[in-house]
Amino acid sequence: MPERARKIRVSCVLNGSASSFEAHPMARLLDVLREDLKLTGTKEGCGEGECGACSIEMDGVLVNSCLVPALQAQGAKIRTIEGVAIGESLHAVQQAFIAHGGAQCGICTPGMILAALNLLARHPEPDDAQIREGLSGNLCRCTGYMKIFESVVAAVRRAETGA
Amino acid sequence: MRAYLPAYEMETPQDLAAALERLAAESGVWKPFAGGTDLMVLLEAGKLPHKKFLNIWNLEELRGIEVRTEHVTLGALTTYAEVQRNETLAREFPLLCRAAAATGSVATQNRGTLGGNIANASPAADSPPVLVVYDAEIEIVSAGGARWVHYASFHTEYKKMNLHAGELIRRIRLTRKHAGWKQYFRKVGTRRAQAISKICFAAAARMEAGRIADVRIAVGSVAPIVLHAVRVEESLRGQRPGDAVLQAAQDALSAEITPVDDMRSTARYRRQVARNLLGEFLEVLAG
Ligand SMILES: Cc1cc2nc3c(=O)[nH]c(=O)nc-3n(C[C@H](O)[C@H](O)[C@H](O)COP(=O)(O)OP(=O)(O)OC[C@H]3O[C@@H](n4cnc5c(N)ncnc54)[C@H](O)[C@@H]3O)c2cc1C
Ligand code: FES
Ligand code: FES
Repeated sequence: MPERARKIRVSCVLNGSASSFEAHPMARLLDVLREDLKLTGTKEGCGEGECGACSIEMDGVLVNSCLVPALQAQGAKIRTIEGVAIGESLHAVQQAFIAHGGAQCGICTPGMILAALNLLARHPEPDDAQIREGLSGNLCRCTGYMKIFESVVAAVRRAETGA
Repeated sequence: MRAYLPAYEMETPQDLAAALERLAAESGVWKPFAGGTDLMVLLEAGKLPHKKFLNIWNLEELRGIEVRTEHVTLGALTTYAEVQRNETLAREFPLLCRAAAATGSVATQNRGTLGGNIANASPAADSPPVLVVYDAEIEIVSAGGARWVHYASFHTEYKKMNLHAGELIRRIRLTRKHAGWKQYFRKVGTRRAQAISKICFAAAARMEAGRIADVRIAVGSVAPIVLHAVRVEESLRGQRPGDAVLQAAQDALSAEITPVDDMRSTARYRRQVARNLLGEFLEVLAG
């Protein structure tokens, strides 16, 4: 019989509320979120850090949840796409994605939005190069990227004009 | 095939002393786990034979960038994002910032660490050429004590290095002597963001009255380990950049590298690009 590691209990702050779960220490945070905590907004594309579909924020920085072991979520502050809208009203970045066709099939969208929000937190008025760099770890098979880029530009402009 | 998760254990030691004790007590059984950007990819691919991991991510003793008069010392857990935010590094060690910016994307840069990049020992990794150029030293610690080694002699053969079971890389030390040097970095990959290198070239030289007084050159992905191009350096020292000097240096480089064909590129392409990048470096020196 191979040795079997026991599950551990992990406590974290998830989308603003205290949360805890049991998981194998090296379970992917992505699977914990989707399967145990039923937060299926976070998507899996590649499972190897290349596509960004599983992007979430952990302690304020963007990470690929497919590469984070459950144990390292201990004590962390986590934000997923489910924590982005404020009640029933969508965040300005989400609204911009709808208005400018930044989402088609939607698989890359939660990750794109988290990457965009994280970029805007670091650079509230990003130039084109900063937007491209901020989204460069997120792949999209539908939009051809320009509409996503335009969505972020629109969200920035809206924030600037307060419209 | 995906990994069988219950077979994998991971523990978080309280501090560095506890981590080293654990590594010493069961030699070779526990392996460090930092940002996981290499290890989790292996796990997911079902290619992670090792089963017990020590989570070192929280060890304060391995964190932080310290700037002193003579040296800048970086904890092994320093991430690529942290490298890019440091002003002293940007000013005096720009090649390290360039390599960090060229490593993966934002998310990888937030989790990937210098210590992990070194210990993963990939010949295609992007910080090793830079660390060789800056003649970095690394501190290796174990329950038995600490030792400093020159990074340029740390890797010995493919995936083999001067690091034993029970040891951790604690920090990386850069001597602040390159401020006035002309520095050059170029990574060639399939696309700008998030591509593993086909070739990665780092170099720096101190010029005196138009001559190359001192020079360091290192290249990734052209040999089983990062290549410190000592013969190219020899051919350049004391010379004035020019066509004949370039030709001799390129020939020295061609003789020194042993690139292979793999899924990312071909040996022939790497040979040609290595020569071209050396040419670009000499243009920088002449300019
Ligand atoms: C999408 C993606 C893109 C990438 N792009 C690049 C790239 O462009 N260039 C590049 O060079 N790399 C790249 N990588 C590889 C990886 O991100 C780097 O090698 C990273 O620096 C590894 O650090 P880590 O902390 O995540 O290592 P881990 O995965 O935690 O560990 C890697 C290895 O190092 C050992 N280790 C870690 N820390 C220590 C320590 N302090 N002492 C001793 N041993 C230690 C571990 O036991 C393990 O064997 C990429 C990875 C991904 C997923
Ligand atoms: S699923 Fe995590 S990066 Fe692709
Ligand atoms: S909208 Fe389908 S992958 Fe981006």
